[in-house]
Amino acid sequence: MSEHDHDDHHDHDHHDHGHHHDHDHDHGHDHGHDHQHPPSEPALRVKALESLLVEKGVVDAAALDALVDAYETRIGPRNGARVVAKAWTDPDYRRRLLADATAAIAEFGYSGAQGEHMVVVENTPAVRNLVVCTLCSCYPWPVLGLPPVWYKSAAYRSRAVIDPRGVLADFGVAVPPEVEVRVWDSTAEIRYLVLPERPPGTEHLNEEALAGLVGRNAMIGVGDAARPSEAPAEAPAEVRP
Amino acid sequence: MNGVHDMGGMQGFGPVLSEADEPVFHAAWEKRVFAMVMATARWPIDTHRHGLECIPPADYLRMSYFERWLTAFEALAVSHGVVSAQELSTGRADPAVPRAEPPFGPGAVPAILAAGFPSERPATAAPRFAMGDQVRARTLNPAGHTRLPRYVRGARGVVVLYHGAHVLPDTNAHGAGEQPQPLYTVRFTARDLWGPEAGATDTLSLDLWESYLDPAGDDHGKTS
Repeated sequence: MSEHDHDDHHDHDHHDHGHHHDHDHDHGHDHGHDHQHPPSEPALRVKALESLLVEKGVVDAAALDALVDAYETRIGPRNGARVVAKAWTDPDYRRRLLADATAAIAEFGYSGAQGEHMVVVENTPAVRNLVVCTLCSCYPWPVLGLPPVWYKSAAYRSRAVIDPRGVLADFGVAVPPEVEVRVWDSTAEIRYLVLPERPPGTEHLNEEALAGLVGRNAMIGVGDAARPSEAPAEAPAEVRP
Repeated sequence: MNGVHDMGGMQGFGPVLSEADEPVFHAAWEKRVFAMVMATARWPIDTHRHGLECIPPADYLRMSYFERWLTAFEALAVSHGVVSAQELSTGRADPAVPRAEPPFGPGAVPAILAAGFPSERPATAAPRFAMGDQVRARTLNPAGHTRLPRYVRGARGVVVLYHGAHVLPDTNAHGAGEQPQPLYTVRFTARDLWGPEAGATDTLSLDLWESYLDPAGDDHGKTS
């Protein structure tokens, strides 16, 4: 463990450790969204580590660029939304998806890291599903991309299993007592995707328009698909304590 | 290990706060950490997870998610010989060590994205349990890595899915082999786990390896 105890002041030890940051730090500082730590500390460690790995011939920086680009631009909840919309409009596909989700999702070309073994669970008027990983941050990357901060937070990981109805209330979802809440704790390499209920009033919409109603939260299980009058699909996500 | 990472059922962390229009990454360095782990980790995901679990509890809770990744990656890169401790502390490659070429290049990225790292292996034995079997999660407290959360140990549930044989994290995390075992989804009632305050119809399902489970057809109490 290195200097991560220096929380509230500049860590001058960096210079003693010989990090040779001889050009500007702009790209390490980004937009100051990191509320918990001074951005310079991990940013400098990361910069030094990447330089070292490149210098040693372990990795080509262009490979890192390609990985980041894939998860910033191609692999995200739009993928999952297309799967859901197809399941809503094609009964055969829905059956395939519920019987063998990995194969059915691969029909769209979505596969790979953190989606090697998929299971889709279906919401109905009587059942609401909720996905969590209490032990770390397991999440179906090929269909949802990388998880949001709240999904990885102690608050969600601790409480989703003991108080799922309270967590759903945090997201503005009230679940009647007669509805069964099924929580799926992703303790192995099986990754879960929730198939939300198709909203009423969407009979006239095509697959593409339906996909536009399906947000990430609905596919984790902490929200519903949006109604056509609502946009964007993630509208209920913002909550305040 | 009974670390702070095993959070299921803990209380006091407050409401779940989500961020509107959240970006994939919140800082440029997070992108590089993520990509470095994906591209250069020469150890299984189980080892990566155990590396996170080995961060001291107070640090674990204080750190941001990708700061944990960075901290675990630094430690594992040294223990697996990707870099030496001296190289990590000086930031300079040791000229006496040959370069590790060829480097992981952009051409290798599509294969990772398309195939990932499946954990299923050919089954070598028939599964001990069948759909609908009553089972009890064993009371185990290993000092090393496990994917059997504390909150389910000793509880009785029912097998609802069988996934074939999967790499066992408990051994694989520690370099003791994949030792694949049958993997099941086991459903527990919320009231069995949390008591009468829990929703009467609510359930929790966990993916559990065969060695985490005992048969519970007609038992009366906890097994060990």
